[in-house]
Amino acid sequence: MAAETDGHTPGSRSVMGEPTPSSRSVMGEPTTDGRFGEFGGRFVPETLVAACEELEAAFREAWADPAFVAEFETTLRDYGGRPSPLTECRNLSSQLGVRLLVKREDLNHTGSHKINNVIGQALLAQRMGKTRLVAETGAGQHGVATATAAALLGMECKVYMGAVDVDRQALNVFRMRLLGSEVESVQSGSRTLKDAVNEALRDWVATVENTHYCLGSVMGPHPYPWMVRTFHHVLGDEAAAQCKDLTGGDPDVVVACVGGGSNAAGIFSGFADGDARLVGVEPAGGAAVGRGVPGVVHGMTSYLMQDEVGQVMEAESISAGLDYPGVGPEHAYLAAIGRAEYPSVTDAEVVEAFTLMSRAEGIIPALECAHALAWIVRAAPDMQGQTVLMNLSGRGDKDVDQMMDVLGMHGIVS
Amino acid sequence: MSAAEASTQRDSFGALETHLRARRESGAKLLVPYVTGGYQGWQRAVEAAAAAGADAIEIGVPFSDPVMDGPVIQQASTAALADGATPASVLEEARELDTGVPHAVMTYYNLCHHQGHERFASALLDAGVCAAILPDLPYVEAGPWLEAAAETGLEAILLAAPTTPEHRLADLCGASRGFVYAVGLLGVTGERSALARTATEIAARCLAVTDRPVLTGVGIGSPSQAVEACEVSDGVIIGSAVVRTLMSDGPEAVGELVASYRTALDHG
Ligand SMILES: Cc1ncc(COP(=O)(O)O)c(C=O)c1O
Repeated sequence: MAAETDGHTPGSRSVMGEPTPSSRSVMGEPTTDGRFGEFGGRFVPETLVAACEELEAAFREAWADPAFVAEFETTLRDYGGRPSPLTECRNLSSQLGVRLLVKREDLNHTGSHKINNVIGQALLAQRMGKTRLVAETGAGQHGVATATAAALLGMECKVYMGAVDVDRQALNVFRMRLLGSEVESVQSGSRTLKDAVNEALRDWVATVENTHYCLGSVMGPHPYPWMVRTFHHVLGDEAAAQCKDLTGGDPDVVVACVGGGSNAAGIFSGFADGDARLVGVEPAGGAAVGRGVPGVVHGMTSYLMQDEVGQVMEAESISAGLDYPGVGPEHAYLAAIGRAEYPSVTDAEVVEAFTLMSRAEGIIPALECAHALAWIVRAAPDMQGQTVLMNLSGRGDKDVDQMMDVLGMHGIVS
Repeated sequence: MSAAEASTQRDSFGALETHLRARRESGAKLLVPYVTGGYQGWQRAVEAAAAAGADAIEIGVPFSDPVMDGPVIQQASTAALADGATPASVLEEARELDTGVPHAVMTYYNLCHHQGHERFASALLDAGVCAAILPDLPYVEAGPWLEAAAETGLEAILLAAPTTPEHRLADLCGASRGFVYAVGLLGVTGERSALARTATEIAARCLAVTDRPVLTGVGIGSPSQAVEACEVSDGVIIGSAVVRTLMSDGPEAVGELVASYRTALDHG
């Protein structure tokens, strides 16, 4: 019993599960069958198993090739705008009583962290001889990033987006089309992100010979969760170095929003082997980890919102990018071993945080990362004097149309 | 003893495989229609299909996220779920069927995972179902399920795809029970205007490594395509064509449709 409680104490890494024999890191490589603890795997139709194996081999080979890594890093710098700055939010800090630092992924090209992963996957797809990309998108940020990379590399691109999201993120639909991508409005199921993933998988089942599925988060079948996190590792590494420069060490708390969990995985990976408290914030209507029931969908075993017989439930969130009933398997693992915690916030708290950040700091955040700030606001009384690092995963331009309705309705702006 | 030899040991065959082998030995090409359980009129469609000469019936248990299914079966699943179909209600209705041919369930892995492998397998057997197909549980992840199914006495059918590498195919066919489901094309369920070249290729590859019945499914949309597929394969699975007929013309029309396939297969 004692040993077990030990395993749930952040920082006591010696007793934590070992992802692989080759890696001591808490966020290391998954096992050869793609597991993070009991989570992960490769639960796809037989048709796609070989493609996942081929992708894994290609990724391992490319990532070991200094020329590929150099091309990835150069593209992120000269095209993507990396490194992104770290901003100390002085106004919010004094208001909340914490030292709030934010990692400015909103300043990347295309407006969110999503570009890191997309540049990595698009370069890899090209190296594999694929000529076409398909992607799912919720808020449209991943779709825009994929459409951008496709334009840059001269690839064909098709993005699947739930019909509900096509409506509430119309600006991004236009951007994708302007960039030369086809956008298909998905009418099945809940007509949100989960159904867009289904449709992208169906496309890939039929086109796997020339098409790469550019998955937008740390989810799906092995090697995606690991590969996507690896491409986002750069933001965690940058943030760790920037925090050290500014404060002399790691922050006390690292906070990020969690849909599938890619921006959280990226920033957590810079701190997982230290002592910082890691907090992933889910929407109340999409709290996969919060409910803690394991399930299997979209290629992975992970925590999954489902009804009493195992039908996948429809998430419900103000934020299209977090409107997802599952979560990446590595987050399920980090929750299970107690290394990270996954509270949730309500839409009302998010709307308040969205306005707060805009007015206090002159930064309009994406609704997704407004979730992270909403939790910080709520938890601030218990974190007085602590340094809190938040991943500002994207800018809120895409949300202003939707928020005009919401805020108008709530009478916050006159 | 090779996997193929082991698989011919009579005592290892379940009710479905025993039946299909006997039918094949008699010279018949095997015909297995798929019907979405819980869709209005589905029980009568199953009975009509059996009366029209089906060798076994595949019963779909609707799932919220059917990634291997095209628009027709998705639509039927969604309608059945909206009508309140659950795994328990479909199995309860399946238990009432008396068709004289074996029944297999086709559904997605989360429903099995959620209930637990043994309990899921037992619930199927209790409903008179002797086999299961889980298209999102590939052979590389199927180990625990295959074990549980074997222990319970349920036949776990595996799918082989055009992309399945040669080094895995013999093991996969050896581990499958009931029959081997040869996925005829790169794609999801749905009728196509012509039989894909991959349909005969994958069936031939399977038959080269197993003596288990090999049935081709996904993408067969007409009796003549079924005949073409059966030039190589032991039989066919007809899904979207059946479900489309059920949705547009009702259960009796399913009987006529299946009869047209039966006639084509019997008289080539
Ligand atoms: C700005 C932003 N943050 C976060 C997310 C959620 O994705 P993830 O949980 O993978 O970081 C999205 C998804 O659309 C997004 O656009």
